Amino acid sequence: MRVVLADYGAGNLRSVCSAFARAGAEPAVTTDPGEVAAAPLAVIAGVGHVAQAAAGLEPLVDVLRERVAAGRPVLGICVGLQLLFQESEEGGEGLGFLGGVVRKVNAPTVPHMGWNELECPRPSHILDGLDGDDVYFAHSYAVEPDDEELIAARVDHGGPIVAAIESGALAGVQFHPERSGAAGARLLENVLVWSRSA
Amino acid sequence: MVKKRLIPCLDVAGGRVVKGVRFETLRDIGDPVELAQRYSDVGADELVFLDIAATVAGRGPTLELVERAAQRLTIPFTVGGGISGVEDARSLLRAGADKVAVNRAAFDEPALLTELADEFGAQAVVCAIDSRGGRVVTHGGRTERETDAVDWAREAVALGAGELLVTSIDADGTRAGYDLELTAAMAEAVGVPVVASGGAGEARHLAEAFAAGAEAALVASIVHERPERVQELKAELKEAGWNVRI
Repeated sequence: MRVVLADYGAGNLRSVCSAFARAGAEPAVTTDPGEVAAAPLAVIAGVGHVAQAAAGLEPLVDVLRERVAAGRPVLGICVGLQLLFQESEEGGEGLGFLGGVVRKVNAPTVPHMGWNELECPRPSHILDGLDGDDVYFAHSYAVEPDDEELIAARVDHGGPIVAAIESGALAGVQFHPERSGAAGARLLENVLVWSRSA
Repeated sequence: MVKKRLIPCLDVAGGRVVKGVRFETLRDIGDPVELAQRYSDVGADELVFLDIAATVAGRGPTLELVERAAQRLTIPFTVGGGISGVEDARSLLRAGADKVAVNRAAFDEPALLTELADEFGAQAVVCAIDSRGGRVVTHGGRTERETDAVDWAREAVALGAGELLVTSIDADGTRAGYDLELTAAMAEAVGVPVVASGGAGEARHLAEAFAAGAEAALVASIVHERPERVQELKAELKEAGWNVRI
């Protein structure tokens, strides 16, 4: 299955690509809106700042917005998840596909760095079989959706942190599946199943 | 809470993994990517590749090694050694490294930490600090600096470092335990994760470092000859009540 990763100059999409390939997909990194529109699954991945990412993603915003409106699968990873929301405390606007804010993590140590245990408040497609599993985080900001029903998983680090959301054909994870061992591989396999059926 | 991490460190020189005692006398340990994969298989939480020859010889980091590692590994890894500016860091991150560790370049030009954090996010910026007798040393322990290591740590974090990798040159390679005084002082001084490094001999030492405030413990010589030791160490830590990933 074709998976396109929106290239906005964030670097390090190679690891996400390799992970999708291991999960059985045919990943490609692209800056071409046509390719982003056509693929069964579009992924916004990356690290760094929301504002910079949003700026880099500008040429692809319209096509991503159309995908979301049409109910075609989009997955955000790490900053990619944060971009799905409206605004960030870090400064700058996200894409605003979902209502909510991105706030600085309030914990004794920030960045929230390392493996943490997923707690799933409800069943979801992308986290099927992953409740209680450890996955890898490396971030200083986290999303706070207006609609708590979107939350598919949380972790605890100085309080609850949203680890994953799923809303129809829109999903996102704060952790790094490409660096989360077997649990990360399972997540990506789930994502592929979900995007085929979404 | 986030789990305590065990991080094997692969000191790399000339494309091979090496290990020295007190940063002298290097021994050849094996192929970096081969070893990295074995560590990943036995439950290492993360890896560090430190090109210990890069700063001394003044040459750039080994991108080919990073690319190979990035393709095969499913756990995060940090690369350090010889990173002198934003472009070095960009090459490594683009090649697949999750974090870069800067040491001498950051000490000589602290603004580099801010540039890196602005460009790549603090979570990708590790400041490596080597200490002897509580003072900063650079160039693999060869150059003594006047600065107090904890003062430098505080400044580094204020400037943008998202993690500290704190190596006690006094303890390194001795297997007699981490420098707990240094570890505790660092953890007390900063609000980012502190990785304790230098001196691990047994599970008890890692537990002591965690108790002193480290979020992660670097191990090298005690696991290089037998990577399965990683699994045993984590099982012992779990048994002792530490929140580690099994």
